[in-house]
Amino acid sequence: MSLTNQMAVRNAVGPFRQAQEGRWSRPAGLVLRYLVLAAIGVVLAMPYIWMLSTSFKAAGKEFSLRPELIPNPFVWQSYADIFRLVPFLLWTWNSLVIVILTILGRVFTASLAGYAFARLRFPYRNVLFGVCLSTLMLPGIVTLIPEFIVFRYLGWVNTNLPLWVPAWFGGGAFFIFLCRQFFLTIPYELEEAAKVDGASPLTIYFRIILPLSWPVLASIVIFSFNWVWGDFLHPLIYLSDRNNMTLAVGLNSMVGMYATAWNLLMAGAFLMSIPVIVVFFVGQKYFIRGVVFSGLAGR
Amino acid sequence: MARSERIDLAVPRMQKRHSSLMRQEAIYGLLFVAPWMLGFLLWVAGPMLFSLALVFMEWKILSPPRFVGLENLRTLIEDPFVTTAIYNTAYYTFIYVPLRLVISLGLAMLLNQQIRGIGGFRTLFYLPSVTPSVAYIVLWVWILNPDYGLLNILLRQIGIEGPRWLGDPEWSKPALILMDLWGFGSSAIIFLAALQGVPEVLYEAAALDGAGRWKKFLNVTLPMISPAMLFNFVIGMIGSFQIFTAAYVATSGGPVRSTLFLVLYLYTTGFHFFEMGYASTLAWLLFLIVLALTGLQFLGSRRWVYYETGGEGSG
Repeated sequence: MSLTNQMAVRNAVGPFRQAQEGRWSRPAGLVLRYLVLAAIGVVLAMPYIWMLSTSFKAAGKEFSLRPELIPNPFVWQSYADIFRLVPFLLWTWNSLVIVILTILGRVFTASLAGYAFARLRFPYRNVLFGVCLSTLMLPGIVTLIPEFIVFRYLGWVNTNLPLWVPAWFGGGAFFIFLCRQFFLTIPYELEEAAKVDGASPLTIYFRIILPLSWPVLASIVIFSFNWVWGDFLHPLIYLSDRNNMTLAVGLNSMVGMYATAWNLLMAGAFLMSIPVIVVFFVGQKYFIRGVVFSGLAGR
Repeated sequence: MARSERIDLAVPRMQKRHSSLMRQEAIYGLLFVAPWMLGFLLWVAGPMLFSLALVFMEWKILSPPRFVGLENLRTLIEDPFVTTAIYNTAYYTFIYVPLRLVISLGLAMLLNQQIRGIGGFRTLFYLPSVTPSVAYIVLWVWILNPDYGLLNILLRQIGIEGPRWLGDPEWSKPALILMDLWGFGSSAIIFLAALQGVPEVLYEAAALDGAGRWKKFLNVTLPMISPAMLFNFVIGMIGSFQIFTAAYVATSGGPVRSTLFLVLYLYTTGFHFFEMGYASTLAWLLFLIVLALTGLQFLGSRRWVYYETGGEGSG
């Protein structure tokens, strides 16, 4: 920003060629900027590098008083062990099932509600939307206990049902809001034509709205993947059996069992992070657009 | 609908068709929001009322609930753990949230440059925010290991013997704060979006008035991004008042209850001791605190948040 500012000042002062060289555009300034960014980048990346480095060290080799970033010897042992010692693949599968069922529920029901709030006129629409928005501010903790009691009464404890069934009921205020904001940007004319032809709102939603909505649906998928994959509190409460744990709860149980086997724990932490990081890289655009669009972010 | 059209001949045809379309739209509208409404009743309103009722009950889940009046509230006032948990949670929140705001704003400004490769830096800076919490925490417990952790090894290289971090009641909360600051990306990205929304014209006008960098930041940037600031502040506070996973996985509330936070205490009460009534009381305490803080922020924000009239806010 300073570059254009200074250019503006100099242009105002006099139309000289020197206006081209703002202070920062000099090579030294540019190098300095890259150095600052790179330094912070290294600080931020260091924990990951340390995680990877530890996971490739031989058992016991992680206890070194010197900062050894390159493992010597370099071994894959932890990655072999992790699948042998704990049901890591099963936990991954459990997480995946919950993530997929949650995403499906959200994509379908949140977009339906979002479409209704954005486009259809029905009684109490604004009141209902207000109620929906107000739940955004609600700390989820308040409903934790009664929810548990209800699910326990239904006999759903120690199944994955409490973790994904609620997503099929509107998918949460955040996603409804996200969808509504997106649908508001779709030109009305597209629907008008279909309406004149006598198409019902359901047809319009499936034929016209959904095909245009993949950016917002992608946002839902990526956000949900990120949040549900990492969710700890809910699976902790509902899943106690070793065989239906998710990765988050499973990794935590490993902390209890292999408290000092850091290579193993780092391998687990890394493996658990891969899918989210991949999904983030692939869908970065939609993720960030979602954050910016709604003004909301994860964590 | 077609049938009613045939019967009601008095109304002009177009209008009839119109009103039946409106009715159809209303029915579909209600139908489309029905899953959400049902969900709201089942997973929000219902549980909230239920949990309010639980405040006045003793319920060990296996035996039937028993009405105890204000007993839970008396326990709440007399419970020394509640004081500890509120103190710890407030300590964490009031240090972490402002620090996070400052750091994420600073880094967002750094990322708001038009230079080659900036996209790569943005991705890198955001990466910690998408790392699953348990993986993130386990990694940091290892980094903060007093003897073999990366942080203390590096400190030793420059001649400082680092504290025992999560093992020292004096340092456990600062350690958790340090660890969570690594995930500044989610608030930085909101600032970044807000910064990009500041019209260049304003800076140019300020420059013409002779404003330097600092003046521009103070008089242009800050007012223009204040809605994003408020947003990050509110969201940050709601989130950090509910800190749980880090304390559960990394410290189990220790050492000497120095990381016993409200939600951790609630969890222990509800799911280890099955005191559902008292746990609900704690939940409502938390809810009211968060509500009061949020309300205060919105009230206070009238003094410092600037909304462009006519334009859209950036939050």
